[in-house]
Amino acid sequence: MNTPEQAAENPARLDLGAIRAKLNGVRGQDYWRSLEEIAETREFQELLHREFPPGASEWWDGLNRRNFLKMAAATLALSGMTACTKQPTRQIFPYVNQPQELVLGQPLFYASSMLLGGFATGVLVKSREGHPIKVDGNPEHPSSLGASSVWMQTSILGLYDPDRSQTVNHAGDISTWALFLSDLNDLLREQAPKKGAGLRFLTETITSPTLAAQLNDLQKKFPGSKWCQYDPITRDNVREGARLAFGRLVEAHYQFDKAAVIVALDADFLYIHPERLRYTRQFTDGRRVSFGKREMNRLYVVESTPTVTGSMADHRLPLASAQVEDLARVMAQQLGAATQGAANVLSPEQTAWLAALVGDLKQHHAASIVIAGEWQPPIVHALAHLLNQTLGNVGNTVHYTEPAEAHPVNQIDSLRELAAEMKSGAVDALFILGGNPVYNAPADLEFGSNLAKVKRSIHLGLELDETAALSTWHIPQAHYLESWSDARAFDGTVSLMQPLIAPLYDGKSAHEVLGAMVQQQPVRSDYEIVREFWQTQKPWPDFELGWRKSLHDGFITGTQAPAVTVRMKEGFAGTLASESKMTPAQPVVIKTSPSPQAASDAGDPFAPASRKVVHIENLELCFRPDPNLWDGRFANNGWLQECPKPISKLIWDNAVLISPSLAERSGLAANDVVEVSFQGRTLRGPVWVMPGQAENTLTLHLGYGRSRGGRVGRGVGFDAYPLRTADAPWLGTGAKLVTTEASHQLVSTQLHHNLHSPERQIYRSATLDELRAQPDIIKKTVEIPPRDETLYNPDEYKYNAHRWGMSIDLTTCIGCNACVVACEVENNIPVVGKDQVSRGRDMLWLRVDTYYKGALDNPGFSHMPVPCMHCEHAPCELVCPVEATLHDSEGLNLQVYNRCVGTRFCSNNCPYKVRRFNFLQYTDYHTPSLKPMYNPEVTVRWRGVMEKCTYCVQRIAAARIASEKENRRIRDGEVKTACQEACPAVAIVFGDLNDPDAKVTQLKRQPLDYPMLGQLNTRPRTTYLAKVENRNPETTDKRPV
Amino acid sequence: METIQGSEPQLRVPGKPYVVTPLDYPAVLIAAKDYQQVSDQIADIPLVHPRKREWLAGFSIACLLLLMFMVAVGYLLYRGVGIWGINIPVAWGFAITNFVWWIGIGHAGTFISAILLLLLQKWRTTINRFTEAMTLFAVICAGMFPLLHLGRPWVFYWLLPYPDTMALWPQFRSPLVWDVFAVSTYFTVSLLFWYLGIVPDLATVRDKARTKWRRIFYGLGALGWRGSAVHWQNHQSAYLLLAGLATPLVLSVHSVVSFDFAVAQLPGWHSTIFPPYFVAGAIYSGFAMVLNLVIPIRRLYGFQNLITERTLNNMACVMLATGWMVTYGYIMEAFMAWYSGEPFDRAMMWDRAFGAYGWVFWLLMTVNVFIPQLLWSRWVRTHPVPLFFVALSVNVGMWLERFVIVVQSLHHDFVPSSWRMYFPTKWDWMTLFGSIGLFLTLLFLFIRYLPMISISESRELIAQRKEGRL
Repeated sequence: MNTPEQAAENPARLDLGAIRAKLNGVRGQDYWRSLEEIAETREFQELLHREFPPGASEWWDGLNRRNFLKMAAATLALSGMTACTKQPTRQIFPYVNQPQELVLGQPLFYASSMLLGGFATGVLVKSREGHPIKVDGNPEHPSSLGASSVWMQTSILGLYDPDRSQTVNHAGDISTWALFLSDLNDLLREQAPKKGAGLRFLTETITSPTLAAQLNDLQKKFPGSKWCQYDPITRDNVREGARLAFGRLVEAHYQFDKAAVIVALDADFLYIHPERLRYTRQFTDGRRVSFGKREMNRLYVVESTPTVTGSMADHRLPLASAQVEDLARVMAQQLGAATQGAANVLSPEQTAWLAALVGDLKQHHAASIVIAGEWQPPIVHALAHLLNQTLGNVGNTVHYTEPAEAHPVNQIDSLRELAAEMKSGAVDALFILGGNPVYNAPADLEFGSNLAKVKRSIHLGLELDETAALSTWHIPQAHYLESWSDARAFDGTVSLMQPLIAPLYDGKSAHEVLGAMVQQQPVRSDYEIVREFWQTQKPWPDFELGWRKSLHDGFITGTQAPAVTVRMKEGFAGTLASESKMTPAQPVVIKTSPSPQAASDAGDPFAPASRKVVHIENLELCFRPDPNLWDGRFANNGWLQECPKPISKLIWDNAVLISPSLAERSGLAANDVVEVSFQGRTLRGPVWVMPGQAENTLTLHLGYGRSRGGRVGRGVGFDAYPLRTADAPWLGTGAKLVTTEASHQLVSTQLHHNLHSPERQIYRSATLDELRAQPDIIKKTVEIPPRDETLYNPDEYKYNAHRWGMSIDLTTCIGCNACVVACEVENNIPVVGKDQVSRGRDMLWLRVDTYYKGALDNPGFSHMPVPCMHCEHAPCELVCPVEATLHDSEGLNLQVYNRCVGTRFCSNNCPYKVRRFNFLQYTDYHTPSLKPMYNPEVTVRWRGVMEKCTYCVQRIAAARIASEKENRRIRDGEVKTACQEACPAVAIVFGDLNDPDAKVTQLKRQPLDYPMLGQLNTRPRTTYLAKVENRNPETTDKRPV
Repeated sequence: METIQGSEPQLRVPGKPYVVTPLDYPAVLIAAKDYQQVSDQIADIPLVHPRKREWLAGFSIACLLLLMFMVAVGYLLYRGVGIWGINIPVAWGFAITNFVWWIGIGHAGTFISAILLLLLQKWRTTINRFTEAMTLFAVICAGMFPLLHLGRPWVFYWLLPYPDTMALWPQFRSPLVWDVFAVSTYFTVSLLFWYLGIVPDLATVRDKARTKWRRIFYGLGALGWRGSAVHWQNHQSAYLLLAGLATPLVLSVHSVVSFDFAVAQLPGWHSTIFPPYFVAGAIYSGFAMVLNLVIPIRRLYGFQNLITERTLNNMACVMLATGWMVTYGYIMEAFMAWYSGEPFDRAMMWDRAFGAYGWVFWLLMTVNVFIPQLLWSRWVRTHPVPLFFVALSVNVGMWLERFVIVVQSLHHDFVPSSWRMYFPTKWDWMTLFGSIGLFLTLLFLFIRYLPMISISESRELIAQRKEGRL
């Protein structure tokens, strides 16, 4: 088609014949101007309709002026629509006066203390821009020595828990502190004439001098009132044991680093004992065999259920808890502590086991420790005291002090008395200051129903738990990171607690609640109360100076309890023989009966043939605090719920632990739900077959089956408290087990505990005697191919500056999981839930593998923490198609989340399987209260990317900045990984391998050093020090090494 | 006995539905009468569309499966790969199994078209078009899986070497990058080869088409083909050149795919036998899939005269040969595991046969090694029904083989504490069967709208038969 311009230049050829024909038919005044007009060519028509001649520009008709204006108006209107979202007004206030210590972007550390079981452990809390983000041990504090426990590490989540109680509640409705105070006024007015006869205070174990003073003051004001204490993880047996042996209350302290032989009678002194962190350090210090040291302590453990301490034993005897007393008596008899003893009721194997132990103890006079566990009856504790005295340990490895508790009482008796008073209606008002007795009081005291008979019950707690639901008043408690207080450590050291953040939900501390009872106006804050108390104590010549120093340190120096000399009660040894013994356990009976459904199945050909009910009678029942949830107070803590329990590696559940032999005899298997009955009470729970469990013992862990509290812990596991009575808080005989048809899926993060073949070169161990005989026993079996045996350039990376590496000591690792949770907190590791873990998708960057060896009934346990190995020839790096995982100049194996597309090839090619993948969106981006908890130095990962241990690269970066500012190298020990910092056993050492004097370099020169799977030529930077066991050559128990 | 000059003697034996050679093998390559019959028979399907009801039934089922695939993929993109059963250590599951399986199926087309063309195998003529199409669709299915299995599929293009503003490149040491090149090259060459072959036939259909739209549709596809001698000359040279180009690809693609495993150091993956073993397996499963598709279609559209028993017999023979190559691979894997003395390889092999996935392994042995031995029987090779079921068994077997390699090796590697089972979820199954739906949908559209057998080459066969060169 021609354009008009072209048409003007080259008019179309005209058909003159047609024009002629047309004109012939025209009549009248028809003018024509040109031939084109007559021919009615398109060009002419166009010309007629054009306003302007060709070449003059004009609007395209599709968008005329009107349309343009319409469009412009619409555009304006539409762009104006964006204004429909009202942007929130935000104001930014710069600091007019910069706070003195605060540098934005730099963390601050404050010393404080965390309480568990009433005893304080010193903590150092890391705070970023005003919010605490990590809790670690206070290196100066005697109960911590810088180490931390799983509970300390995860307590940060307790602070930010979105399910914490947030308001004062009155009879289930939201109320206010002011209304509570007015009700309190009424109460006190009522009670004043009765001298407070109807007032009762129920606390957990109290070591706080300030709180004790407040309670004592109140008792002076209201002489009729009573103060009861109850902690479900009660140490009553320890107290009564001391009373039995010495006639008075004393606390025993042990020095494990000085002991050559340690005997634990059902005692989990490495994990449950209040002094767990210090004891772990001392115990493991006594076991280190590096740097030419060839001496180590020897640990004998007698226990009914495998514990962290039991897993460290050189000789372990699974024995029913009730039989430990027999063993202790025979031991005392054989060591000459008790002249007359009970008849030896032990089996020949047990006797032989004991003989080796007794022989060992005799050889190590004054260098041994006998320690009894919290769950053993007082007589066993008394026997342990007696044995320590006989063996000459007192004054050497054992010393005694006054208890650190402010007011030590028999807590079960105390609670029993309170329950009776509540039942009789004598209690007008009950102040429950912390704790959750409705959930965790002994079942036979019926605390919940008795609480209903109390007119006013006031509950102070962190969450709206079972007790809060039944109380008249509930006051939200301030978290320990939000409040001022003080408490004593196990050794008596007064430890101070200071808040890191203002109470998130206007919580109150126990000090403030008690303070309100003494003086309501002006309301005194916990800071004033604690500070004023210490002002009256005058511990320092210059109060302000001393107070500030103590706050800085986290404790008051020199306040540990002095050693006291105690003497055995006259004739205690003599009375042993005459004392009546526990009734010997009845033999276990296993019966089968047809299922009640079998009758109805009679005509059903598809009914399972083996539908039988198995009844097992006369079993021993043991209660234990849960290794993660303790007494249940940590049930809403996802990190703890998902932390694999030591040894069994179970998560998100508790179980009825049974022995393999009982499982074999009764046909029970893991996940079978059973009914356990004890003293007429019954519960249902799934079975877990636990190697190393005493043959006829059932173990139930407390703390699960919460019906209230928070969305994480509610309904997880089963509640074991309903079987726990005041008479048998830890141990009962005559329990009955009945099988059911039901099944409950338990989830363990480790399904295989067998190393299969030593050729795998994963876990290496030797006995001390073997090591003494040939110091290179480990080195000479390690097969490492030459460095250049690779397809790629072996010198691709030079590592001129730093060469980061880690050494993990398998001899001292106790498998306590502190490193695992420390890693989670430091690195913002999400909680994924039971379902995801059951699919094999736990996100632990650092895991602790536990391997069994030897017999099923009494295996040896070996713990192996496995972080990323940071291989020099990393298999993962080669296979990533986008180079999202790569090597850096210091040998770190980095993971770039932004670049990761999620092929997961790196994980497939990782022989150590330490990589973790975000299969779904695991990180919680939305819960507001969790946002300030995340470590701002670590990227929060999203769905579809791989992640793994980074050797805490953010800490290396911080140290690098600090060192560059001072123009020096990073010093040894300046970078501590989160796992290393937490480890109570100092089993993890990190550092620069280019520094010949660094601790890690020296450890790697030890003959025990070996790489995991070294034969693959991955050249891992994380290496292990092989496990050394100190076996008694005279032993009779067999365990392959 | 009728002997045609230049060709082998042919016998008619009572009780046999086909003419045989003196050694009793099926003899006839093509049984069509003349050019006209061939053209009509093949071109009628897109134009007249006989067997409408059967086609519609099959197409509906395929579309339903495709719909399921879309649901599964949609949910996958919404939630993430966590909807599958994969975990640590088994980070690859059905997706990679399906990928390798589909890629393997995609090998038959090019093998038949290119390698057999170069080897002057005339019997390939009547099935090559069909298998090439099958190849394309199988590679489409295969190509989706590596993308879908990514944690973040929306950034799949980071695997391509493109000028990134941050100057980032793929990591060329990773076999996954080689995969991207291998598969995309293979797809491109297969597509070209297939299209080049179909051009003269599109022209035939165009010329036979009666309606305007059909003429336009096929005419556009025919690229102005007029069948001149120059056209034929250029076409044949290009076809032969592409065949030469495609031949090494048949060997390279699955070799590269096998590197995804062989380059890793995982016991069960790290093996030098993988490239030839994978190629043989690919051809094995490819031929099985061709048989599975050809046998019903041959019957449905009455193509027995074009796809004769001789073709079936030859395909069965190729399967038997490649099946034994694969079996040799199995034997060598076990032998090397033992002979190497490596504890991990030995443990892996033991677990493969007697571990948790042992039943899969023995099922694999049954369907992939033992059942195909039926192909030694001439009766099975020449009877469509038994042959169909043997081929089906091989298809299942080859899928199981990839499952065993991917999942079993991963679930039981170096460190016992990390051993864990893989259980597919319903989404895994939906994706697997959904991808079959995608494949079948494309295939049904192909047989409906395009000449599924090469008209020109079939006519060439008739010419050769007439000239006695067959």
